[in-house]
Amino acid sequence: MKLAVAVLLCTTAFGQVSFDRISNANKEPGNWLTYSGNYQGHRFSPLAEITAENVSRLKVKWAYQFPDRNNEVSPIVVDNIMYVSGPNSATALDAYTGRVLWNWKRPLPSDYHSIGFGHVSRGPAVLEDKLYVATLDCYLVALDVKSGIERWAVKVADYKTGYSMTLAPLAINGKVVVGVSGGEAGIRGFVDAYDAKTGKQAWRFWTIPGPGDPGHDSWAGDSWKTGGGPTWVTGTYDPDLNLVFWGVGNPSPDWNGDPRNGDNLYTCSLLALDADTGRLRWYFQFTPHDTHDWDSNHVPILFDTTTGDRKRKLIAIANRNAFYYVLDRVTGEFVAGRPYAKQTWATGLDAKGRPIRLQGAEPTEKGTLLYPNANGATVWFSPSYSPHTGLVYVAVREIGATYFKRDMEYKVGTFYAGGGENELPADDSFGAIRALDAATGAQRWEFMLQSPPWAGVLSTAGGLVFSGSDEGNFYALNDQTGKALWDFQTGAAIASNPIAFTVDGHQRIAISADRVLYVFGL
Amino acid sequence: MLISPPAWSGAIILLIALLRFPITTVAVPPPSSVQVSAIGADAAAGKHLFERHCAVCHGIEGKGGRGPGLNRVQLAHAPDDTALKSVISDGISPDMPAGWFLTDEDVANLTAYVRSLSKVPSEPVPGDGVRGARVYAKGGCSNCHIIAGAGFGFGPELSNIGIRRSAPYIRNAIVKPGATMPEGFLLVEAITPAGDKIEGIRVNEDTFSIQIKDATGQFHSLRKQDLKDLQKLRGETPMPSYEGVLNTSELDDLVAYLASLRGKQ
Repeated sequence: MKLAVAVLLCTTAFGQVSFDRISNANKEPGNWLTYSGNYQGHRFSPLAEITAENVSRLKVKWAYQFPDRNNEVSPIVVDNIMYVSGPNSATALDAYTGRVLWNWKRPLPSDYHSIGFGHVSRGPAVLEDKLYVATLDCYLVALDVKSGIERWAVKVADYKTGYSMTLAPLAINGKVVVGVSGGEAGIRGFVDAYDAKTGKQAWRFWTIPGPGDPGHDSWAGDSWKTGGGPTWVTGTYDPDLNLVFWGVGNPSPDWNGDPRNGDNLYTCSLLALDADTGRLRWYFQFTPHDTHDWDSNHVPILFDTTTGDRKRKLIAIANRNAFYYVLDRVTGEFVAGRPYAKQTWATGLDAKGRPIRLQGAEPTEKGTLLYPNANGATVWFSPSYSPHTGLVYVAVREIGATYFKRDMEYKVGTFYAGGGENELPADDSFGAIRALDAATGAQRWEFMLQSPPWAGVLSTAGGLVFSGSDEGNFYALNDQTGKALWDFQTGAAIASNPIAFTVDGHQRIAISADRVLYVFGL
Repeated sequence: MLISPPAWSGAIILLIALLRFPITTVAVPPPSSVQVSAIGADAAAGKHLFERHCAVCHGIEGKGGRGPGLNRVQLAHAPDDTALKSVISDGISPDMPAGWFLTDEDVANLTAYVRSLSKVPSEPVPGDGVRGARVYAKGGCSNCHIIAGAGFGFGPELSNIGIRRSAPYIRNAIVKPGATMPEGFLLVEAITPAGDKIEGIRVNEDTFSIQIKDATGQFHSLRKQDLKDLQKLRGETPMPSYEGVLNTSELDDLVAYLASLRGKQ
């Protein structure tokens, strides 16, 4: 009887990832419970077994080969089990060995088309006894975390009209929040929340205001109907304010703003949404009337400062448009901003943070050379914030492009881009990891990369910063100086976010590179 | 420091700048105007479609971006026009969407346009190709280049150079090799921790290491942070100019020979 009770208790505890546990993720650093490691978007690990002194001894502990290529997953780890996702798939792995515990796959319809991006999934989410996966064909699926068997699946949008989902869901208090891709297909974007237990839709916030809604007059004519505003990167959450912070992408058509005169709210903006109702608390638009595909789909970083007696709740974004912004996350008020990468489209930001544009920065028929390029100074991959150093670490892309504008007709489920770009040659571009003072954006150090990166950043309490290069290097830097301390050639371009966790109390670092997930330890 | 021809074991290094060396296929500049293909498809109409449906990934001029460049003769998924039409219609899973909304005429026009991106202008060449083959042999060009399996693989292979480059381009590469540097080609000079100097072509490079091929064909793998010096000799080539070395007739003949090389048809 005693044994039976013990097993029962064990079983009850197993896999139960409460909202409270995720809210206090920093108290159990051996797990990685949400996309960014915590709700604040820090992608920081409190683990400190691996340090500047011993990182040179880091070795591969195991590797897992995905069935599909070009993986961009950020795993979830709960109590010695790692959960990964791929295109319309999810897998549970033994975190000791990498051996598969279960697999789940949803067939992708033959008439599905990804318009402007790859077949990827950037990760699952976990809450209580369920694992949540967003699929390319726009279903949010809840799986039994122990077996991988489907509990429920809900249709979020119609993929035939250009919608898709590549992001990791954000599981908060009783709800699962998701966004959509489709900024090159003329969708009308939204952020959705679903009841975590039943899958019933809790709320929807349209990123393009409809008739009668505030901001609708920022669109000319019917352009709002195909205005874009995708929401394809996982947001962050403040449990105290009960606000979800979510980035909004480019307006459609991307490079031709003629049909959509106006600021085109809420494209290229950050939204603060009430987590219970989805109502807009505030917004901040980084790039009004964007014509360069500078989505503001980033992981916002929440941090607090104290100046004298004044405490401020802040939120930081290193934006695709090459400016770093600090806002008051209670009000949305602009606090600070400056460029963190080369940009040739604005002279700066005004007192409210609105860009002061240069003349002649618009795409034209003949082409306009500009920095940054359409993929921006940074993209979807995550920055990291270390509360130990007070620095934000950003993977930066230094590359320009010639932008072209073309006329365009909207056709459901096809490209609606209105132009394109010619990137500058590879030898005229490079990358960097830059450490920025979180409160001001002032650069403290940089580590130069051979080419513009596609990998996110992890910082740790061991005084390290981990990231990956487009040539396959996975590497560790000193978090105070940027000095390289260790590197490993994974064999393929890295386009994913690193995480940290433990097995038997020993720290592990995980990164996926194309088809392979590597797990490192001492 | 420049790498002068005498340092290269007496090898006559020819046409090294003709191709992007040594891994990837050549990036051929697009023609100044699109042409109507032999099958009657309208490449101009294809250009219009390309800029609206393909440019997001392949670049507005097909030079590549999120997707690969298409301005090359040999496309990995489309060895012939039938295959290219299938790729345009059906896509390449998982990354390239299908052109399900295109008509057969649209697909044919797009095919004609994509092929035009790598089309080498056909024009009369004054020299004699048979004599040109003798100039090639006598000049020792095979000490650095391979044609039809024969030669030394330091410089780019020339077996099908005639479909990759125009005769004027080939001529220019012979007399002014530094003016026709392909994208990605780079000469480097590294000083090792022991003080040894290694000169050669950069065959690969990442943030932490560089791989160099020297004139003897030997590969060197070097940790960049350990090097005393690493010079990237942009715009320089180990191939010497043959201006004044070959007379006009020899140059015409050599160009005619190389322009005739079509590879295995």
